[in-house]
Amino acid sequence: MSAVEFEFDNERAIYMQLVRRLRVGIVSGELQPGSRLPSVRELAVRARINPNTAQRALSELEDEGLLYTERTNGKFVTRDEALIRREKEKLARESLERFRRELKGVGMTEEEIEKLWKER
Amino acid sequence: MDLMTCEGMKKRYGTHEVLKGVDITVRPDRIVGLLGKNGAGKSTLFKLMNDLLVPDEGRILFRGEPIGEKSKARISYLPERTYLDRDMKISGALRFFAEFYGDFSADRARELLRELELDGDMRIRKMSKGMQEKLQLILVMSREADLYLLDEPLGGVDPSTRETILDTILSNFREGASLVISTHMIAEVERILDEVVILKDGVVAVSGAADELREREMASIDEIFRRTVK
Repeated sequence: MSAVEFEFDNERAIYMQLVRRLRVGIVSGELQPGSRLPSVRELAVRARINPNTAQRALSELEDEGLLYTERTNGKFVTRDEALIRREKEKLARESLERFRRELKGVGMTEEEIEKLWKER
Repeated sequence: MDLMTCEGMKKRYGTHEVLKGVDITVRPDRIVGLLGKNGAGKSTLFKLMNDLLVPDEGRILFRGEPIGEKSKARISYLPERTYLDRDMKISGALRFFAEFYGDFSADRARELLRELELDGDMRIRKMSKGMQEKLQLILVMSREADLYLLDEPLGGVDPSTRETILDTILSNFREGASLVISTHMIAEVERILDEVVILKDGVVAVSGAADELREREMASIDEIFRRTVK
């Protein structure tokens, strides 16, 4: 966790940015499977954000199964590597989709996009 | 139950009406930013919440009861200007707080003094503005209060001290307690807020959850503030 750096854009909900940042941390391996997350208060101080925002983000990731709670020890990154892989693919697909939409927005056809991608 | 509610607060100084009917609710476990330009009535509101001023109209309830001695014992207040005796040493200020407030933790205060590199033997008079702000904050945050009212905690200090002060606030308020912070340095503070109240011309112009306001206005709280008060 110590390696994770936080940067926020004040023009968007901090909560969603934190969820995304931690999700990326998990799928990229910055946050290793089974590693312990800081407490809500520690996370809030580290990222200099509101503690309830930190709590909400952790809860959301826990609901998705990416984090789990050990009653007295705090929250940990899931050891379910298949789940992490699926999550990574989902994030990658979302990025690709955004990228495709943008290119279509500037008038590129599917074929032109394919070609551009291969030539890269 | 709400921690504190201000209902229909009105206050005038002579012919100048500072507050024209302000309603504010502070729920438990929340950090509320009280934002407004200089003269918008933030400090007046804090003094009213601390029972240091009497409203012309309206009332303030703490846990459902009118404020008074009982609420004062549960509220930790950082005034805009220091009220510490400048001839005292830091150690004297600690004794003063320990005597005055049953919920004051001298151990916590000493720990924070070490963290923020202040020495008990320093005399307040000889300390820089930034050091005095830090000391004042240490004293206020070393109480185990239900509500912390911080009037311009970042006033007149350099950027690195601002970060230290924000970290001290975030690390030290009692779990489940609430904070109300007034500031005009919104960009520095906005990410630690749950809720935002913008005062303008003596009334609440904008209020709501910080993240909801960001999403709705597609703007930072700083930007929303500037649009509101201009």
